[in-house]
Amino acid sequence: MIEKSDTCSETHKRILMCGNEALAEASIIAGLDAYFGYPITPQNEITAYMSRRMAEEGRVFIQSESELAAINMVFGASATGKRTMTSSSSPGISLMQEGMSYLAGAELPAVVVNVMRGGPGLGNIAPSQSDYFQATRGGGHGDYRTIVFGPSTVQELVDYMHLAFDLADVYRITVVILADGFLGQMMEPVLLEKKPHRELPAKDWALTGAKGREQNIVRSLWLPEGALEALNNKLKAKYELIEKNEVLCEQYEVEDAEIVVVAYGIAARIVRSAVSRAREEGIKAGWIRPITLWPFPTEQISRAAEEFKIFLTVEMSLGQMVEDVRLAVAGKAPVVFYGRPGGGTPTVDEILDKIKQLTIPEKR
Amino acid sequence: MTKNAFYEEVIIAGFGGQGIMLTGKLLAQTAMQAGREVTYMPSYGAEVRGGTANCMVVIADEPIACPVVGRPDSLIVLNKASLNKFCPRLKEGGLMIMNSSLIDIEPEPADEVEVIAVPADELAVELGNPKCTNMVALGAYLQRRGYLTVDAAAKALPDVLAKRYHKTLPVNTAALRRGAEFAQAKAGGV
Amino acid sequence: MKTVFKRTPTLKDCPTHYCPGCGHGIAHRLIAETIDELGIRGRTIGIAPVGCAVLAYDYLDVDMIEVAHGRAPAVATGMKRTNPDKIIFSYQGDGDLAAIGTAEIIHAAHRAEQLTVIFINNAVFGMTGGQMAPTTLLGQVTATTPKGRNAAGEGYPLQVSEILALLPGAIYVERCALSGAAGVRKTKKAIKHAFELQVEAAEGLSLVEVLSPCPTYWRMTPAKAMEWIEKEMVKVFPLGRLKG
Repeated sequence: MIEKSDTCSETHKRILMCGNEALAEASIIAGLDAYFGYPITPQNEITAYMSRRMAEEGRVFIQSESELAAINMVFGASATGKRTMTSSSSPGISLMQEGMSYLAGAELPAVVVNVMRGGPGLGNIAPSQSDYFQATRGGGHGDYRTIVFGPSTVQELVDYMHLAFDLADVYRITVVILADGFLGQMMEPVLLEKKPHRELPAKDWALTGAKGREQNIVRSLWLPEGALEALNNKLKAKYELIEKNEVLCEQYEVEDAEIVVVAYGIAARIVRSAVSRAREEGIKAGWIRPITLWPFPTEQISRAAEEFKIFLTVEMSLGQMVEDVRLAVAGKAPVVFYGRPGGGTPTVDEILDKIKQLTIPEKR
Repeated sequence: MTKNAFYEEVIIAGFGGQGIMLTGKLLAQTAMQAGREVTYMPSYGAEVRGGTANCMVVIADEPIACPVVGRPDSLIVLNKASLNKFCPRLKEGGLMIMNSSLIDIEPEPADEVEVIAVPADELAVELGNPKCTNMVALGAYLQRRGYLTVDAAAKALPDVLAKRYHKTLPVNTAALRRGAEFAQAKAGGV
Repeated sequence: MKTVFKRTPTLKDCPTHYCPGCGHGIAHRLIAETIDELGIRGRTIGIAPVGCAVLAYDYLDVDMIEVAHGRAPAVATGMKRTNPDKIIFSYQGDGDLAAIGTAEIIHAAHRAEQLTVIFINNAVFGMTGGQMAPTTLLGQVTATTPKGRNAAGEGYPLQVSEILALLPGAIYVERCALSGAAGVRKTKKAIKHAFELQVEAAEGLSLVEVLSPCPTYWRMTPAKAMEWIEKEMVKVFPLGRLKG
């Protein structure tokens, strides 16, 4: 009976936590001032955890009357310069799109967690990745973007919550954490330590009362001719800066691969298992895992596509990120999709079969 | 994943109220404290009480890629419905701990597997707390698999058991031991 | 020469975009005077609604935010809970508060948020071109009730203040009218009281409903509009203190 050493200090600091609670605690460590949310499965652990912990910390927690109210409470708290967030799951995130558009127009920082479930409509409560389009295309009305993280472990949920709050403040933008029911519900060991900070700009735009200064106005209405276009162009410059500086992506054995599997979030973990098994069976397979879904790792995928490889995109949807992969590959190589919608989960065997089908000549 | 590295996938299943989730959390917590990588994935749904409940635990030496268990190495089933659902998925050479107090049928696994029938409810009642069925079954599992000790699980128990139930720590610990003893005897003493 | 009236500093020195005879300008002035009299300009944050008063920040010289239609009470909640030392007021029209934002105002009151709400009721949607509001009177002709509002199908005028007054979390609810000098004075008193309650950290929401003229979409002269408030509107929306 061999037990690994439990004297390792890192082991001692690790806590077994479910994703929902881990991201909530990470937010508190990151300096969250106010949490607003409305119950919806599969992210209820966040709301419940916040109700207890935020009170302990003497910070603000409100169970709002709706997701509409929650995102607007975020809007209000953010406008005064506070760190604030909300969380929900797919149907609730749809309701929040109005507020997210206003946040973009008013350039207010915010963090929104979407623990995705199956849709459309009420759908089901099973894990899903079917809100990719909504998250990466802005989601609400108007020309705007949000930074979107697609973490794939509970530890990454923790790490990217810290980064999300910093990036929200640095760029005055909404950062979306696009998780799913698996990540929210599953438990893994995590280290909660506070991560190093980005340098944060002063919030001189915040509404703090116009004592001894001119009034600050937070707005998104620009009626005079050319005024909105100027704002749009300002936003564009900001988005280009983010695209230049903030892409995160992980890849594995792509160089010699004849097939590259692209997946994010929980699906990427299943893909990792499948690709490892493919390698064991002598198939030259690799994977690319976008960590930021916007900005998308277009360059990394484009570079991989320069030598002929087959691209297989695996998602828990009918195929959404695959469109970004196709845009990145730009016709240089075939892009194939495999996905399971509606709460279905692709299995390692299914993905391995697909890899074999695409790479072993007699299986094609 | 390095070939031949330790990798154990477990499904624990029963009906709501049998402490399925706690069992999975305890296994994961114990393994984590032993320095292993773990994932614990509960089933979740509209059924808060009653209905079926299951969870998936993966224990490995290296970071775990996939937390979703298709074909488990081990299966702990506490009722008949769970046996019917998961038994066909058990890997060849796998281990099944089944609660024979509630399962009166002979399992028909697809492949060659080790089956340990534990009258977990009866043993729990003998110990004075019928709610300890899950711990009896987990004790049996730990004994048969051998990569974690019952003592380690007993040590981890306070970390996963809600504080208001801490008065049941002794009986739960006893149940872990009883399950292990039973499995050892059943397997002919190892 | 003796000065009998002067512009209060918090009211900016600029012409407004409001129509002749509109009540918004008067209501803005009363709020600005209140802020200056209470000496709270440096810690007040105002919320402009979607509606004719969306540009209220062009006239009121305090920190202000413009929010989505109807969501002011939720935004105000987010501000006040994170900044209990600030004075937060929202300025909402009848479409904003009584139609699209019904849930938000009810629940802000329900939670007893320490907020001041100025609710301008002019019985019509102004900014979008004079459509029916929840507060439109029966028989009143609007862009979307060309034959006059009919209870069958279009419902009765909604008395939101009466509903809010039922909630324990609403500590002060009063309805005033901007018709005539006496009405304006009473409105000022009510607005000031609603701010004072927040300054004193009274535990709940204060709301002043202000019946306000919209000569343009009532298709009347400003003088007739004032008369119409006194003769018709007050029958459906009786003046006075409903709570507190």
